[in-house]
Amino acid sequence: MAHDIEIIEKTPAEFEYKKRRSDRLMRSQLMMFALMIFMTLISFAAVQAGFSAYFVIPVVLLLAAVQVGLQLYYFMHMSEKGHGLVAFFMYGGVLLAFLTVLAFVTIIWW
Amino acid sequence: MDLNTKFTPQSWPDHPETATMEAKNKFVGFWLFLGGETVLFATLFATYLALKNSVPDGNEFRTETLFELPLVFVMTMLLLTSSLTSVYAMYHMKNYNFKAMQLWLAITGFLGLGFLALEVYEFYHYIHLGFTYGNSAFSSAFYTLVGTHGLHVAIGLVWLTLLILRNAKRGLNLYNATKYYTFSLYWHFIDVVWVFIFTVVYLMGVVG
Repeated sequence: MAHDIEIIEKTPAEFEYKKRRSDRLMRSQLMMFALMIFMTLISFAAVQAGFSAYFVIPVVLLLAAVQVGLQLYYFMHMSEKGHGLVAFFMYGGVLLAFLTVLAFVTIIWW
Repeated sequence: MDLNTKFTPQSWPDHPETATMEAKNKFVGFWLFLGGETVLFATLFATYLALKNSVPDGNEFRTETLFELPLVFVMTMLLLTSSLTSVYAMYHMKNYNFKAMQLWLAITGFLGLGFLALEVYEFYHYIHLGFTYGNSAFSSAFYTLVGTHGLHVAIGLVWLTLLILRNAKRGLNLYNATKYYTFSLYWHFIDVVWVFIFTVVYLMGVVG
């Protein structure tokens, strides 16, 4: 099954480069995590503050959408190369999800 | 090449999760599964939104009076943090540091367990109040949506435990790297669904 894999020993310079690159990725992921915590706090605070529902609902939905984007692209690596088919599956799923929710909240009225 | 070949940090590939043909297939197949899961949860969200607060006359269980945000906030923080700890685990996986990866995954598991315990408490509390599954159309839709997510967390915890135990002596190789990687994808996906649950069910429920 795995006959096409050859083991390539990295030179010290290559190894150092790989380590630095993964450290950089880790730092950016940590920053995204801080951002997600911050957005969660804003969402909860906006609801607790008791603003009008017409203001709060769009804001918390927008923050949720951004947070999910960060999860997908930074934590689940969809921003990296080789994720074309992945994007196709996920956007296909999201499109169907959107249509389903739209149909249920507009057509069903009881 | 034997899949059980031992590596060193220097010879470990940059993308071990897709280094073999089998791993590539699992990677793509798992994302297809996640696309399907998106649709599964969409149907449950749609049902919930259509039936939200649909209660018989005289039934006092509505979102505004039932939900308590402090508990939901703690659950959100637990699950969000467990997402970060699984990122740490994958960082160590890519650096071929097996022990650190196992440790961070175990921490992920404990955070997930904490989340699940709070959810069980929450449901227990509601049922004690009389808000049972058959109480109203709203209650059925609520329990089905949030319960399906909780079931996913429980399945994830069993999966994680089996992964950690089964590979404890084997160490990291190209056979199990992709298994660990797909678990981390699954765990992030659970967090993605929860972001929408706390927003659509709890926050929008409290607002009314």
